[in-house]
Amino acid sequence: MKKIKKIKIKINGSFKFIKDNTNLSDLLKTLKIPLKKVAIELNQEILDKKKLNKQILRNNDKIEIVHFIGGG
Amino acid sequence: MEAVSLKKDKFIIAGRNFKSRLIVGTGKYKNMSQCAKAVKLSGASIVTVAVRRVNISDKRKALLMDYIDPKKITYLPNTAGCFNSKDALRTLRLAREIGGWKLVKLEVLGDKKNLFPDMIETLKSTEVLSREGFKVMVYCNDDPLMAKRLENAGACAIMPLAAPIGSGLGIQNDTNIKIIRKQTKVPLIIDAGLGQASDATIAMELGCDGVLVNTAIAKATKPFNMALAFKNAVIAGRQSYLSGRIQKNLMGSASSPSKGII
Repeated sequence: MKKIKKIKIKINGSFKFIKDNTNLSDLLKTLKIPLKKVAIELNQEILDKKKLNKQILRNNDKIEIVHFIGGG
Repeated sequence: MEAVSLKKDKFIIAGRNFKSRLIVGTGKYKNMSQCAKAVKLSGASIVTVAVRRVNISDKRKALLMDYIDPKKITYLPNTAGCFNSKDALRTLRLAREIGGWKLVKLEVLGDKKNLFPDMIETLKSTEVLSREGFKVMVYCNDDPLMAKRLENAGACAIMPLAAPIGSGLGIQNDTNIKIIRKQTKVPLIIDAGLGQASDATIAMELGCDGVLVNTAIAKATKPFNMALAFKNAVIAGRQSYLSGRIQKNLMGSASSPSKGII
């Protein structure tokens, strides 16, 4: 049986192993991220939320997902 | 009858008219529902918010947007916690991406203990953000020269501190605030350091266009009552400022006529 290749990514500061060739849109769906309420950075570059399905994740990618919280 | 109403007294920031001159922060509350209720009672039309990581592991955590509707109350993304221009720019670019926010609050701190703004980094960031089309409300020191530079760099509101953030000391240098008032053409908003409602009244009586308060409400023993107190204090201060105060005199001046004294 063919072994599924996994890659290591960092998401909001924590490491995560995911299947190779995963696109960002699918990953965010799995994580149940409410897209309308967040902004996403991949390796310090802000991504267009409409094009996440075209963004294939690579080994060592760093993702930041942020939203608004209470603050002064 | 002369109008007592403030309806015609517009509070316009970057071309948008806001009903209340009180802006409140949404940090330091016990929970979201307490925060939302205090915001409502304060009558604020703008709330400041912070940009932070989504909690990936605990998605049951309450979201601010579920408690305070950004369609009803303007969210003012803030760069609180940023200590350099690079981080502040990154934060506000992300904030804009969340939902198209262009009206933002810039706050670049320089010292972890006194939380004073780093004015050099603040000025640099204001220039970049203005070029990128942001409408930047800028937290700053109560220094008239830097305030003018920020205005010239495109700040849409100048927001000098009353005292260090969260200190509750009230306005420490009213002379500087008066000088900044005289020279500032964009809205002037006192941001940070207020402790009680009367501090807000004083700010408004100095001619400021608004005040921004967080800790004084959130950490009051009774936050809801304090929210209401600040609402009234800002209205009272504005009305007082517009009413033209009397001259200060060293000697007394009797209120009752001397004619007809028995």
